[in-house]
Amino acid sequence: MAFKIVVLAKQVPDTHNVGTGAMNADGTVNRAALPTVFNPEDLKALEMALCVKDRMPGATVTVVTMGPPRAAEIVKDARTRGADDGFVLSDARFAGADTLATSYALSQAIRQLGPVDLILGGRQAIDGDTAQVGPQVAEKLNIPQVTYAEELLGVDARTITIRRRLEHGTEYVKAQLPALVTVTSAANDCRYPNAHRMLRLAGEEIRMTDADSIGADLDRLGLKGSPTKVKKIESVVLAHKESVVLEPTESALNALAATLIREHIL
Amino acid sequence: MNDVLVYCELSEKGTIADISLELCTKGRQLATRLGCRLQAAVLGSDVRIAAESLYPYGVDEVLLADDPRLSPYRTLPHFDVLSKLIKAQQPQIVLFGASSVGRDLAPRIASYLRCGLTADCTQLEIGAHDDPKTGKHYEDILLQIRPAFGGNIIATIVCPETRPQMATVREGVMKKEVCDPDYKGVIVPVAVEASLDAADAAVEILSREIEERKIDIKGAQVIVAGGYGMGSRENFQLLHQFARLIGASVGATRAAVDAGFCEPERQIGQTGVTVRPKLYIACGISGAVQHRAGMEQSAKIISINTDPDAPINAIADYTIVGDVMTVIPQFMACYKNNLK
Repeated sequence: MAFKIVVLAKQVPDTHNVGTGAMNADGTVNRAALPTVFNPEDLKALEMALCVKDRMPGATVTVVTMGPPRAAEIVKDARTRGADDGFVLSDARFAGADTLATSYALSQAIRQLGPVDLILGGRQAIDGDTAQVGPQVAEKLNIPQVTYAEELLGVDARTITIRRRLEHGTEYVKAQLPALVTVTSAANDCRYPNAHRMLRLAGEEIRMTDADSIGADLDRLGLKGSPTKVKKIESVVLAHKESVVLEPTESALNALAATLIREHIL
Repeated sequence: MNDVLVYCELSEKGTIADISLELCTKGRQLATRLGCRLQAAVLGSDVRIAAESLYPYGVDEVLLADDPRLSPYRTLPHFDVLSKLIKAQQPQIVLFGASSVGRDLAPRIASYLRCGLTADCTQLEIGAHDDPKTGKHYEDILLQIRPAFGGNIIATIVCPETRPQMATVREGVMKKEVCDPDYKGVIVPVAVEASLDAADAAVEILSREIEERKIDIKGAQVIVAGGYGMGSRENFQLLHQFARLIGASVGATRAAVDAGFCEPERQIGQTGVTVRPKLYIACGISGAVQHRAGMEQSAKIISINTDPDAPINAIADYTIVGDVMTVIPQFMACYKNNLK
């Protein structure tokens, strides 16, 4: 049996370039109004997957993402970098999903692929920073998880050895496969798209998969399947302090320094 | 009555981690407001003394699982014990630190219990909620407040229909406070079941290397922080010189960290550390809400920025409009003069 790897990826709004109209009235994200990128840590996960593939002859890498049809862009990108296959879970019934409903949909999609040896994904996505989906998919599939992975140290048909980040240190762990590993930004950068692959795959259609084809309980998908609700969103109104505005003149700065020293702040 | 439960983490020394004491302090307030008990779950090996140290924070009941397989932390053994414990105790609220442990464990628990989990909350309150779609009214539920997407909004998240209501909070966001040094709590031993064997076998820790905290800005009295407006890693060095001169620590915004200007340990804000210094000098920082969440409780704030309308200026006591690379050396000279 060939070693099968799944990479969970997300197309995310480029949070460095957020404009107006980014939020819908119900507090969900208006993705149409934003430029998008391949979530950076998911790219690191893809690289780790491709490294495993390099070490395991015959291994395959399948990229799974959930999002609007244009999320096919990141699957295409992953294909040109070396992924063997990929598809987009795209269906209006997935919309408005929180992490629980998202991980349910992803785990159902993974189940359709038959036995999988290794699942990799970024630790977190830059649009939410929750780091929840990885561990939740692992729970739904009832497999071990290794989070905060920084380096792949070894892999064979039954185990994977990982260096992972702790708050105040490093841990070296060996996990039984199948397992799910989440990868941080400290891991190796992803290899570039390969020119030959780009030419060969130029016209490739990326497969779209809907809620019916993953055998999902519809009540556990999308907004309906999401226990977290946005009660309200508020624009931040800053409580204005009595702010003293200073011109950067010698006398003004001198007076400020003197005040801070006199008041024992400095 | 369904209680409030805090999952407690242990430090490398075997004491209860600060983040967990902060959560117990907040948990006490929530439990008092709800008229229920505060429970703490402590999972580890030889942790009875650590468990007893929780009473002064107002913990009524420490649920204690003591087993060598529970230390050091590994996902599946802790998941196995805690998920069963929550099913048995039926708490209405469970709080976790947004640490490498809490962020590993809490989502797996939430998935198993099929309940909601809100990450990186900056405030937790009890309140009412009316669902606009169903018209249903909910009393006394957990309002989970966090800055959200894009940076200019604060979202209040609720989980009205599922229990427990779960949230993670970063270290330093809540205050750690002893509520009563003589508070009387009890320890309730939790039986560790045979099912732990399977969980125990899944992931093996080969070795661990623990580093002393090299950079720790959490307790700093004076902080000089730089944002993307510092322009480069080289320019950022000026902040280190400035900080050395005035005896401050150097902090940074996420944008500055992402740009590689300094180490991630210096990041202040919702996904970094929260600080409450006597003086915060914000240099080239526009003041996104996620950043302000981590520093707005500073006693005094000085903003140095070319943009007179930068959002940070609104919470600054002093705003100096000018280029950081000119203003900081000027100010350093003035400071030296005043010391003479």
